Amino acid sequence: MTAAPLGESTAPSAGTGIAARPPGDGVRALPVGENALLVEVPSGDAAQALHAELLRRRAEGSLSVREIVPAARTVLLDGVDDPVGLAGRLPSWHIPPLPARADGAVEIPVRYDGPDLADVAALWGVDEREVPAIHAAAEFRVAFCGFAPGFGYLTGLPTRYDVPRRATPRTAVPAGSVALAGPYTGVYPRSSPGGWQLIGTTDAVLWDHARVPAALLTPGARVRFVPAELS
Amino acid sequence: MTDRALSVVRSGALTTVQDEGRPGHAHLGVPRSGALDPPAAALANRLVGNPAGAAVLETTLDGCALRPRSAVVVAVTGAPCPVTVDGRPAAWGAPVHVPAGALLDVGSVRAGLRSYVAVSGGVAVEPVLGSRSTDLLSGLGPVPLTDGTVLPVGRPGVLHARVDVVPHVAPPSELVLRVTPGPRDDWFTASALRTLTTRPYRVSSASNRIGLRTDGPPLERAVSGELPSEGLVLGAVQVPPDGRPVVFLADHPTTGGYPVIAVVRRADLPAAAQAVPGTPVRFMLVRRR
Repeated sequence: MTAAPLGESTAPSAGTGIAARPPGDGVRALPVGENALLVEVPSGDAAQALHAELLRRRAEGSLSVREIVPAARTVLLDGVDDPVGLAGRLPSWHIPPLPARADGAVEIPVRYDGPDLADVAALWGVDEREVPAIHAAAEFRVAFCGFAPGFGYLTGLPTRYDVPRRATPRTAVPAGSVALAGPYTGVYPRSSPGGWQLIGTTDAVLWDHARVPAALLTPGARVRFVPAELS
Repeated sequence: MTDRALSVVRSGALTTVQDEGRPGHAHLGVPRSGALDPPAAALANRLVGNPAGAAVLETTLDGCALRPRSAVVVAVTGAPCPVTVDGRPAAWGAPVHVPAGALLDVGSVRAGLRSYVAVSGGVAVEPVLGSRSTDLLSGLGPVPLTDGTVLPVGRPGVLHARVDVVPHVAPPSELVLRVTPGPRDDWFTASALRTLTTRPYRVSSASNRIGLRTDGPPLERAVSGELPSEGLVLGAVQVPPDGRPVVFLADHPTTGGYPVIAVVRRADLPAAAQAVPGTPVRFMLVRRR
Protein backbone atom coordinates (compact mmCIF):
# COMPACT_ATOMS: atom_id res chain seq x y z
CA MET A 1 0.00 0.00 0.00
CA THR A 2 1.31 3.43 -0.87
CA ALA A 3 0.07 6.86 0.07
CA ALA A 4 -1.73 8.72 -2.66
CA PRO A 5 0.35 11.39 -4.32
CA LEU A 6 -0.04 14.79 -2.80
CA GLY A 7 0.64 16.98 -5.79
CA GLU A 8 -1.32 20.17 -5.69
CA SER A 9 -1.00 21.06 -9.35
CA THR A 10 -4.23 22.22 -10.87
CA ALA A 11 -6.00 20.08 -13.42
CA PRO A 12 -6.37 21.65 -16.83
CA SER A 13 -9.83 23.11 -17.23
CA ALA A 14 -10.23 22.28 -20.90
CA GLY A 15 -11.85 18.90 -20.76
CA THR A 16 -14.79 16.68 -21.31
CA GLY A 17 -17.06 17.93 -18.57
CA ILE A 18 -20.55 17.92 -19.95
CA ALA A 19 -21.82 20.45 -17.46
CA ALA A 20 -21.90 24.11 -18.27
CA ARG A 21 -19.52 26.19 -16.19
CA PRO A 22 -21.10 29.41 -14.98
CA PRO A 23 -18.52 32.21 -15.08
CA GLY A 24 -16.72 32.66 -11.79
CA ASP A 25 -18.14 29.50 -10.32
CA GLY A 26 -15.56 26.96 -11.44
CA VAL A 27 -17.67 23.91 -10.60
CA ARG A 28 -17.19 21.08 -13.10
CA ALA A 29 -19.28 17.94 -12.80
CA LEU A 30 -17.83 14.87 -14.54
CA PRO A 31 -19.91 11.70 -14.88
CA VAL A 32 -17.94 8.63 -13.76
CA GLY A 33 -19.11 5.33 -15.21
CA GLU A 34 -22.79 4.52 -14.95
CA ASN A 35 -23.69 5.70 -11.44
CA ALA A 36 -21.22 8.26 -10.18
CA LEU A 37 -20.33 11.91 -10.54
CA LEU A 38 -17.03 13.62 -9.75
CA VAL A 39 -17.53 17.28 -8.87
CA GLU A 40 -14.42 19.40 -9.26
CA VAL A 41 -14.12 22.79 -7.58
CA PRO A 42 -11.34 25.43 -7.62
CA SER A 43 -9.94 24.95 -4.10
CA GLY A 44 -9.75 22.71 -1.08
CA ASP A 45 -11.98 25.11 0.87
CA ALA A 46 -14.56 24.96 -1.92
CA ALA A 47 -14.45 21.15 -1.80
CA GLN A 48 -15.12 21.21 1.95
CA ALA A 49 -18.00 23.66 1.50
CA LEU A 50 -19.49 21.51 -1.27
CA HIS A 51 -19.11 18.42 0.91
CA ALA A 52 -21.01 20.11 3.75
CA GLU A 53 -23.78 21.18 1.35
CA LEU A 54 -24.06 17.66 -0.13
CA LEU A 55 -24.39 16.17 3.38
CA ARG A 56 -27.08 18.75 4.20
CA ARG A 57 -29.07 17.97 1.05
CA ARG A 58 -28.81 14.23 1.62
CA ALA A 59 -29.94 14.64 5.25
CA GLU A 60 -32.98 16.71 4.21
CA GLY A 61 -33.86 14.09 1.58
CA SER A 62 -33.41 16.20 -1.56
CA LEU A 63 -30.34 14.25 -2.75
CA SER A 64 -30.16 10.47 -3.18
CA VAL A 65 -26.60 9.15 -3.20
CA ARG A 66 -24.93 6.14 -1.54
CA GLU A 67 -21.43 7.51 -0.97
CA ILE A 68 -20.17 11.09 -0.67
CA VAL A 69 -16.37 11.01 -0.84
CA PRO A 70 -14.60 14.34 -0.46
CA ALA A 71 -10.98 14.70 -1.59
CA ALA A 72 -8.43 17.44 -2.27
CA ARG A 73 -10.27 19.39 -4.98
CA THR A 74 -13.26 17.16 -5.64
CA VAL A 75 -16.23 15.41 -4.12
CA LEU A 76 -17.23 12.03 -5.56
CA LEU A 77 -20.90 11.08 -5.51
CA ASP A 78 -21.17 7.31 -5.95
CA GLY A 79 -24.48 5.52 -6.26
CA VAL A 80 -26.45 8.20 -8.12
CA ASP A 81 -29.40 7.18 -10.31
CA ASP A 82 -28.98 9.92 -12.91
CA PRO A 83 -25.43 11.33 -12.83
CA VAL A 84 -25.85 13.18 -16.14
CA GLY A 85 -29.00 14.94 -14.91
CA LEU A 86 -27.35 15.83 -11.61
CA ALA A 87 -24.28 17.08 -13.48
CA GLY A 88 -26.54 19.51 -15.29
CA ARG A 89 -28.21 20.83 -12.15
CA LEU A 90 -25.35 20.91 -9.68
CA PRO A 91 -23.25 23.81 -11.04
CA SER A 92 -26.16 26.19 -10.44
CA TRP A 93 -26.46 25.29 -6.74
CA HIS A 94 -25.74 27.92 -4.14
CA ILE A 95 -22.94 26.56 -1.94
CA PRO A 96 -22.69 28.49 1.34
CA PRO A 97 -19.10 29.06 2.48
CA LEU A 98 -17.90 27.16 5.53
CA PRO A 99 -18.20 29.01 8.83
CA ALA A 100 -14.78 30.27 9.89
CA ARG A 101 -14.91 28.67 13.32
CA ALA A 102 -17.07 26.19 15.10
CA ASP A 103 -17.24 24.69 18.56
CA GLY A 104 -16.62 21.06 19.36
CA ALA A 105 -13.15 20.50 17.94
CA VAL A 106 -11.61 17.05 18.47
CA GLU A 107 -8.52 17.55 20.66
CA ILE A 108 -5.52 15.35 19.96
CA PRO A 109 -2.73 15.40 22.56
CA VAL A 110 0.70 15.36 20.92
CA ARG A 111 4.26 14.91 22.06
CA TYR A 112 6.27 16.88 19.52
CA ASP A 113 9.11 14.37 19.42
CA GLY A 114 9.10 13.21 15.78
CA PRO A 115 12.35 12.27 14.01
CA ASP A 116 11.74 14.87 11.29
CA LEU A 117 11.19 17.80 13.65
CA ALA A 118 14.56 19.37 12.82
CA ASP A 119 14.02 18.97 9.06
CA VAL A 120 10.58 20.57 9.31
CA ALA A 121 11.99 23.44 11.38
CA ALA A 122 14.63 23.99 8.67
CA LEU A 123 11.97 23.95 5.93
CA TRP A 124 9.89 26.43 7.90
CA GLY A 125 12.93 28.58 8.67
CA VAL A 126 12.32 28.52 12.42
CA ASP A 127 13.99 27.12 15.48
CA GLU A 128 13.08 23.50 16.24
CA ARG A 129 11.53 24.58 19.57
CA GLU A 130 9.04 26.82 17.73
CA VAL A 131 7.48 24.01 15.65
CA PRO A 132 5.09 22.74 18.35
CA ALA A 133 3.67 26.19 19.08
CA ILE A 134 3.16 26.97 15.38
CA HIS A 135 1.51 23.62 14.71
CA ALA A 136 -0.68 23.63 17.80
CA ALA A 137 -1.85 27.20 17.16
CA ALA A 138 -3.65 26.21 13.97
CA GLU A 139 -7.27 25.14 13.87
CA PHE A 140 -7.52 22.13 11.59
CA ARG A 141 -10.33 20.63 9.63
CA VAL A 142 -10.53 17.09 8.22
CA ALA A 143 -10.61 17.80 4.47
CA PHE A 144 -11.00 14.14 3.57
CA CYS A 145 -9.96 10.61 4.53
CA GLY A 146 -8.09 8.00 2.52
CA PHE A 147 -4.90 5.91 2.38
CA ALA A 148 -6.09 3.78 5.33
CA PRO A 149 -9.28 3.54 7.42
CA GLY A 150 -9.35 6.53 9.74
CA PHE A 151 -6.48 8.43 8.10
CA GLY A 152 -7.55 12.06 7.75
CA TYR A 153 -5.99 14.74 5.55
CA LEU A 154 -6.16 17.81 7.81
CA THR A 155 -5.87 21.36 6.52
CA GLY A 156 -5.40 24.47 8.62
CA LEU A 157 -1.70 25.40 8.61
CA PRO A 158 -0.91 28.58 6.65
CA THR A 159 0.42 27.73 3.18
CA ARG A 160 3.94 28.97 4.02
CA TYR A 161 4.26 25.86 6.19
CA ASP A 162 3.66 23.41 3.32
CA VAL A 163 6.44 20.79 3.24
CA PRO A 164 7.43 18.17 0.65
CA ARG A 165 7.18 14.46 1.34
CA ARG A 166 10.44 12.78 2.30
CA ALA A 167 12.60 11.77 -0.65
CA THR A 168 12.73 8.20 0.62
CA PRO A 169 9.56 6.88 2.29
CA ARG A 170 9.94 4.92 5.52
CA THR A 171 9.00 1.26 5.32
CA ALA A 172 7.27 1.48 8.71
CA VAL A 173 5.84 4.58 10.32
CA PRO A 174 4.61 3.84 13.88
CA ALA A 175 0.91 4.12 14.74
CA GLY A 176 0.08 7.48 16.30
CA SER A 177 2.72 9.38 14.32
CA VAL A 178 1.68 12.98 13.64
CA ALA A 179 3.00 13.91 10.23
CA LEU A 180 3.10 16.62 7.57
CA ALA A 181 3.09 16.50 3.76
CA GLY A 182 2.08 19.17 1.27
CA PRO A 183 -0.61 21.32 2.91
CA TYR A 184 -1.76 18.44 5.12
CA THR A 185 -1.31 17.13 8.64
CA GLY A 186 -2.18 13.47 9.24
CA VAL A 187 -2.03 10.93 12.04
CA TYR A 188 -1.16 7.34 11.15
CA PRO A 189 -3.98 5.11 12.52
CA ARG A 190 -1.64 2.10 12.53
CA SER A 191 1.86 1.22 11.52
CA SER A 192 2.30 1.46 7.77
CA PRO A 193 4.82 2.56 5.15
CA GLY A 194 4.80 6.30 4.64
CA GLY A 195 6.67 9.26 3.24
CA TRP A 196 5.34 12.05 5.42
CA GLN A 197 7.50 14.20 7.74
CA LEU A 198 7.06 12.96 11.30
CA ILE A 199 6.81 15.73 13.89
CA GLY A 200 5.17 14.03 16.87
CA THR A 201 3.33 11.18 18.51
CA THR A 202 -0.13 10.78 19.99
CA ASP A 203 -1.73 8.09 22.13
CA ALA A 204 -5.16 8.94 20.67
CA VAL A 205 -6.80 5.94 18.98
CA LEU A 206 -7.58 7.09 15.46
CA TRP A 207 -9.35 3.94 14.36
CA ASP A 208 -11.06 1.18 16.34
CA HIS A 209 -13.61 -0.80 14.37
CA ALA A 210 -15.14 -2.08 17.62
CA ARG A 211 -15.87 1.51 18.66
CA VAL A 212 -18.86 3.58 17.50
CA PRO A 213 -17.89 5.60 15.58
CA ALA A 214 -14.82 3.67 14.46
CA ALA A 215 -13.03 6.74 13.11
CA LEU A 216 -11.92 9.52 15.49
CA LEU A 217 -11.63 11.88 12.53
CA THR A 218 -14.36 12.18 9.90
CA PRO A 219 -14.50 14.57 6.94
CA GLY A 220 -15.55 18.04 8.06
CA ALA A 221 -14.53 17.57 11.71
CA ARG A 222 -12.57 20.34 13.46
CA VAL A 223 -9.34 19.31 15.12
CA ARG A 224 -6.84 20.90 17.49
CA PHE A 225 -3.47 19.47 18.46
CA VAL A 226 -2.65 19.98 22.13
CA PRO A 227 1.02 19.78 23.14
CA ALA A 228 1.43 17.23 25.92
CA GLU A 229 2.90 18.56 29.16
CA LEU A 230 6.54 17.65 29.44
CA SER A 231 7.00 15.71 32.62
CA MET B 1 -16.56 -23.02 19.96
CA THR B 2 -19.82 -24.76 19.18
CA ASP B 3 -19.95 -27.76 16.91
CA ARG B 4 -21.16 -25.54 14.11
CA ALA B 5 -17.74 -24.86 12.69
CA LEU B 6 -15.40 -25.68 9.83
CA SER B 7 -11.81 -26.73 10.33
CA VAL B 8 -9.53 -25.61 7.53
CA VAL B 9 -7.39 -28.58 6.51
CA ARG B 10 -5.87 -26.97 3.42
CA SER B 11 -6.22 -23.23 3.01
CA GLY B 12 -5.07 -23.08 -0.60
CA ALA B 13 -3.16 -20.27 -2.29
CA LEU B 14 -5.49 -17.54 -1.03
CA THR B 15 -8.87 -18.22 0.53
CA THR B 16 -10.81 -15.39 2.13
CA VAL B 17 -14.21 -14.88 3.72
CA GLN B 18 -16.42 -12.68 1.55
CA ASP B 19 -19.94 -11.34 1.56
CA GLU B 20 -21.45 -8.26 -0.09
CA GLY B 21 -18.73 -6.07 1.44
CA ARG B 22 -18.94 -2.83 3.37
CA PRO B 23 -19.96 -0.08 0.94
CA GLY B 24 -20.95 3.24 2.49
CA HIS B 25 -17.71 3.91 4.40
CA ALA B 26 -15.52 5.18 1.55
CA HIS B 27 -15.47 8.66 3.10
CA LEU B 28 -13.56 7.14 6.06
CA GLY B 29 -11.02 5.45 3.79
CA VAL B 30 -12.69 2.03 4.06
CA PRO B 31 -12.70 0.00 0.81
CA ARG B 32 -15.95 -1.68 -0.28
CA SER B 33 -14.42 -5.17 -0.42
CA GLY B 34 -16.78 -8.16 -0.90
CA ALA B 35 -16.80 -11.11 -3.31
CA LEU B 36 -15.07 -10.30 -6.62
CA ASP B 37 -17.63 -12.39 -8.53
CA PRO B 38 -20.89 -11.41 -6.79
CA PRO B 39 -23.23 -13.47 -9.03
CA ALA B 40 -21.22 -16.63 -8.28
CA ALA B 41 -21.24 -15.94 -4.53
CA ALA B 42 -24.99 -15.22 -4.56
CA LEU B 43 -25.64 -18.42 -6.52
CA ALA B 44 -23.65 -20.50 -4.03
CA ASN B 45 -25.76 -19.04 -1.24
CA ARG B 46 -29.01 -19.77 -3.10
CA LEU B 47 -27.96 -23.38 -3.61
CA VAL B 48 -27.63 -23.97 0.13
CA GLY B 49 -30.68 -21.89 1.11
CA ASN B 50 -28.74 -18.92 2.52
CA PRO B 51 -29.73 -15.30 2.11
CA ALA B 52 -27.70 -13.58 -0.63
CA GLY B 53 -25.65 -11.63 1.90
CA ALA B 54 -24.33 -14.67 3.83
CA ALA B 55 -20.55 -14.97 4.01
CA VAL B 56 -18.90 -17.54 1.74
CA LEU B 57 -15.31 -18.56 1.02
CA GLU B 58 -13.54 -17.19 -2.05
CA THR B 59 -10.69 -19.44 -3.20
CA THR B 60 -7.91 -18.69 -5.68
CA LEU B 61 -6.74 -21.22 -8.28
CA ASP B 62 -6.29 -24.30 -6.08
CA GLY B 63 -9.39 -24.35 -3.87
CA CYS B 64 -9.26 -25.46 -0.25
CA ALA B 65 -10.18 -28.41 2.00
CA LEU B 66 -12.55 -28.18 4.97
CA ARG B 67 -13.79 -30.52 7.67
CA PRO B 68 -17.16 -29.54 9.18
CA ARG B 69 -17.70 -30.48 12.82
CA SER B 70 -21.39 -31.09 12.17
CA ALA B 71 -23.28 -32.04 9.02
CA VAL B 72 -23.65 -29.16 6.57
CA VAL B 73 -24.85 -28.55 3.05
CA VAL B 74 -22.30 -26.83 0.84
CA ALA B 75 -22.22 -25.61 -2.73
CA VAL B 76 -19.26 -24.67 -4.93
CA THR B 77 -19.67 -22.14 -7.75
CA GLY B 78 -17.55 -19.64 -9.68
CA ALA B 79 -14.51 -21.21 -11.30
CA PRO B 80 -15.34 -24.86 -12.16
CA CYS B 81 -13.27 -27.39 -10.22
CA PRO B 82 -13.43 -30.95 -8.91
CA VAL B 83 -15.29 -31.37 -5.60
CA THR B 84 -14.89 -34.44 -3.39
CA VAL B 85 -16.25 -35.57 -0.02
CA ASP B 86 -13.94 -38.06 1.70
CA GLY B 87 -12.36 -38.67 -1.67
CA ARG B 88 -15.61 -39.46 -3.47
CA PRO B 89 -16.58 -37.17 -6.37
CA ALA B 90 -19.36 -34.74 -5.55
CA ALA B 91 -21.19 -32.16 -7.60
CA TRP B 92 -19.91 -28.70 -8.53
CA GLY B 93 -22.69 -26.14 -8.78
CA ALA B 94 -25.20 -28.12 -6.72
CA PRO B 95 -26.02 -28.66 -3.05
CA VAL B 96 -23.70 -31.27 -1.52
CA HIS B 97 -24.31 -32.93 1.85
CA VAL B 98 -21.13 -33.18 3.93
CA PRO B 99 -21.42 -35.38 7.05
CA ALA B 100 -19.86 -34.30 10.34
CA GLY B 101 -16.11 -34.94 10.27
CA ALA B 102 -15.97 -35.68 6.55
CA LEU B 103 -13.38 -33.97 4.36
CA LEU B 104 -14.68 -31.59 1.70
CA ASP B 105 -12.04 -30.93 -0.92
CA VAL B 106 -12.47 -28.12 -3.41
CA GLY B 107 -9.84 -28.76 -6.06
CA SER B 108 -7.82 -26.77 -8.56
CA VAL B 109 -9.77 -24.78 -11.11
CA ARG B 110 -10.34 -26.23 -14.58
CA ALA B 111 -10.99 -22.72 -15.88
CA GLY B 112 -11.33 -19.31 -14.32
CA LEU B 113 -9.62 -18.24 -11.11
CA ARG B 114 -11.91 -17.98 -8.08
CA SER B 115 -14.34 -20.58 -6.75
CA TYR B 116 -16.95 -19.83 -4.09
CA VAL B 117 -17.88 -22.20 -1.29
CA ALA B 118 -21.16 -21.55 0.52
CA VAL B 119 -22.10 -23.49 3.63
CA SER B 120 -25.63 -23.70 5.02
CA GLY B 121 -25.88 -21.09 7.76
CA GLY B 122 -23.05 -19.02 6.33
CA VAL B 123 -19.55 -18.40 7.66
CA ALA B 124 -20.23 -16.63 10.94
CA VAL B 125 -17.05 -14.77 11.80
CA GLU B 126 -17.58 -11.50 13.68
CA PRO B 127 -18.63 -8.72 11.28
CA VAL B 128 -16.60 -5.50 11.02
CA LEU B 129 -18.61 -2.42 10.02
CA GLY B 130 -21.47 -4.70 9.03
CA SER B 131 -19.47 -7.06 6.83
CA ARG B 132 -17.51 -10.29 7.25
CA SER B 133 -15.38 -9.66 4.17
CA THR B 134 -11.61 -9.84 4.23
CA ASP B 135 -10.24 -6.58 2.86
CA LEU B 136 -6.69 -7.19 1.65
CA LEU B 137 -5.91 -3.50 1.12
CA SER B 138 -6.69 -2.17 4.57
CA GLY B 139 -6.68 -5.37 6.63
CA LEU B 140 -10.27 -5.16 7.88
CA GLY B 141 -12.19 -8.38 8.47
CA PRO B 142 -10.76 -11.85 9.10
CA VAL B 143 -7.25 -12.61 7.91
CA PRO B 144 -6.95 -15.01 4.94
CA LEU B 145 -7.45 -18.64 5.92
CA THR B 146 -4.48 -20.65 7.11
CA ASP B 147 -4.25 -24.37 7.74
CA GLY B 148 -5.86 -25.09 11.09
CA THR B 149 -8.16 -22.06 11.09
CA VAL B 150 -11.54 -22.86 12.66
CA LEU B 151 -14.44 -20.90 11.18
CA PRO B 152 -17.75 -20.61 13.03
CA VAL B 153 -20.85 -21.44 10.98
CA GLY B 154 -24.26 -19.86 11.50
CA ARG B 155 -27.57 -21.65 12.04
CA PRO B 156 -29.23 -22.58 8.76
CA GLY B 157 -32.26 -20.48 8.01
CA VAL B 158 -35.62 -21.59 6.76
CA LEU B 159 -34.88 -20.79 3.12
CA HIS B 160 -34.86 -23.65 0.69
CA ALA B 161 -32.60 -23.94 -2.28
CA ARG B 162 -34.15 -22.14 -5.20
CA VAL B 163 -32.02 -23.75 -7.86
CA ASP B 164 -30.92 -27.36 -8.12
CA VAL B 165 -28.01 -27.41 -10.50
CA VAL B 166 -26.25 -24.84 -12.60
CA PRO B 167 -24.37 -25.29 -15.85
CA HIS B 168 -20.64 -24.79 -16.06
CA VAL B 169 -20.07 -21.54 -17.87
CA ALA B 170 -16.64 -21.68 -19.41
CA PRO B 171 -14.90 -18.34 -18.94
CA PRO B 172 -14.50 -16.68 -22.34
CA SER B 173 -11.10 -16.95 -24.00
CA GLU B 174 -11.05 -13.15 -24.21
CA LEU B 175 -12.06 -10.70 -21.47
CA VAL B 176 -14.22 -7.97 -22.98
CA LEU B 177 -14.59 -4.93 -20.73
CA ARG B 178 -16.98 -2.20 -21.86
CA VAL B 179 -15.74 1.22 -20.75
CA THR B 180 -17.17 4.72 -20.69
CA PRO B 181 -14.54 7.48 -20.98
CA GLY B 182 -13.65 9.79 -18.12
CA PRO B 183 -13.49 11.38 -15.69
CA ARG B 184 -9.84 12.18 -16.54
CA ASP B 185 -9.51 11.19 -20.19
CA ASP B 186 -8.48 14.80 -20.79
CA TRP B 187 -5.23 14.07 -18.94
CA PHE B 188 -4.17 11.81 -21.81
CA THR B 189 -3.18 12.36 -25.42
CA ALA B 190 -5.91 12.16 -28.02
CA SER B 191 -4.60 8.78 -29.14
CA ALA B 192 -4.53 7.21 -25.65
CA LEU B 193 -8.26 6.41 -25.49
CA ARG B 194 -8.05 4.99 -29.00
CA THR B 195 -5.04 2.89 -27.97
CA LEU B 196 -6.91 1.60 -24.92
CA THR B 197 -10.01 0.66 -26.90
CA THR B 198 -8.41 -0.76 -30.04
CA ARG B 199 -5.13 -2.40 -29.03
CA PRO B 200 -4.72 -5.77 -27.34
CA TYR B 201 -3.97 -6.06 -23.63
CA ARG B 202 -3.40 -9.08 -21.41
CA VAL B 203 -4.15 -9.78 -17.76
CA SER B 204 -0.94 -9.30 -15.79
CA SER B 205 0.19 -11.78 -13.15
CA ALA B 206 0.44 -8.82 -10.74
CA SER B 207 -3.37 -8.70 -10.55
CA ASN B 208 -5.10 -9.21 -7.21
CA ARG B 209 -8.30 -8.34 -5.33
CA ILE B 210 -7.32 -4.67 -5.45
CA GLY B 211 -6.96 -4.41 -9.19
CA LEU B 212 -6.74 -6.24 -12.48
CA ARG B 213 -3.41 -5.13 -13.87
CA THR B 214 -2.74 -5.32 -17.58
CA ASP B 215 0.21 -5.63 -19.93
CA GLY B 216 -0.02 -3.86 -23.26
CA PRO B 217 0.75 -0.60 -25.02
CA PRO B 218 1.27 2.18 -22.46
CA LEU B 219 -1.14 5.10 -22.46
CA GLU B 220 0.53 8.44 -22.92
CA ARG B 221 -0.28 11.38 -20.68
CA ALA B 222 -0.90 14.85 -22.08
CA VAL B 223 -0.71 16.47 -18.64
CA SER B 224 2.44 15.75 -16.70
CA GLY B 225 1.62 17.18 -13.26
CA GLU B 226 0.27 15.24 -10.33
CA LEU B 227 -3.47 14.94 -9.89
CA PRO B 228 -4.70 15.87 -6.42
CA SER B 229 -6.13 12.75 -4.73
CA GLU B 230 -9.74 12.11 -5.67
CA GLY B 231 -12.44 9.53 -4.97
CA LEU B 232 -12.36 6.26 -6.93
CA VAL B 233 -15.20 4.00 -8.05
CA LEU B 234 -15.34 0.24 -8.59
CA GLY B 235 -14.22 -0.49 -12.16
CA ALA B 236 -12.17 2.68 -12.51
CA VAL B 237 -9.38 2.27 -15.10
CA GLN B 238 -6.50 4.07 -13.46
CA VAL B 239 -3.25 4.71 -15.28
CA PRO B 240 -0.12 4.77 -13.12
CA PRO B 241 3.14 6.32 -14.36
CA ASP B 242 4.11 3.18 -16.33
CA GLY B 243 1.06 3.78 -18.57
CA ARG B 244 -0.43 0.29 -18.10
CA PRO B 245 -4.12 0.49 -17.18
CA VAL B 246 -5.31 -1.02 -13.89
CA VAL B 247 -9.00 -1.92 -13.42
CA PHE B 248 -9.96 -1.41 -9.80
CA LEU B 249 -11.73 -4.35 -8.15
CA ALA B 250 -13.46 -4.71 -4.74
CA ASP B 251 -10.48 -3.96 -2.45
CA HIS B 252 -9.51 -0.79 -4.33
CA PRO B 253 -8.33 2.29 -2.40
CA THR B 254 -11.04 4.89 -1.79
CA THR B 255 -8.96 7.77 -3.16
CA GLY B 256 -6.04 7.95 -5.54
CA GLY B 257 -3.84 10.40 -7.36
CA TYR B 258 -3.36 8.83 -10.78
CA PRO B 259 -5.82 9.81 -13.49
CA VAL B 260 -8.76 7.54 -14.36
CA ILE B 261 -9.15 7.40 -18.13
CA ALA B 262 -12.36 5.34 -18.20
CA VAL B 263 -14.67 3.20 -16.08
CA VAL B 264 -15.61 -0.44 -16.74
CA ARG B 265 -19.31 -1.26 -16.67
CA ARG B 266 -20.32 -2.96 -13.45
CA ALA B 267 -21.81 -5.97 -15.27
CA ASP B 268 -18.42 -6.86 -16.79
CA LEU B 269 -16.47 -7.00 -13.53
CA PRO B 270 -17.41 -10.56 -12.45
CA ALA B 271 -15.73 -11.84 -15.62
CA ALA B 272 -12.65 -9.78 -14.75
CA ALA B 273 -12.52 -11.62 -11.40
CA GLN B 274 -12.23 -14.93 -13.28
CA ALA B 275 -9.61 -13.91 -15.85
CA VAL B 276 -6.32 -15.73 -15.32
CA PRO B 277 -3.01 -14.00 -16.04
CA GLY B 278 -2.30 -14.00 -19.76
CA THR B 279 -5.97 -13.77 -20.79
CA PRO B 280 -6.41 -11.31 -23.68
CA VAL B 281 -8.31 -8.18 -22.65
CA ARG B 282 -10.29 -5.99 -25.02
CA PHE B 283 -11.52 -2.64 -23.70
CA MET B 284 -14.62 -1.75 -25.71
CA LEU B 285 -15.67 1.88 -25.90
CA VAL B 286 -19.29 2.48 -24.92
CA ARG B 287 -20.51 6.05 -25.04
CA ARG B 288 -22.78 7.25 -22.30
CA ARG B 289 -26.39 7.27 -23.41
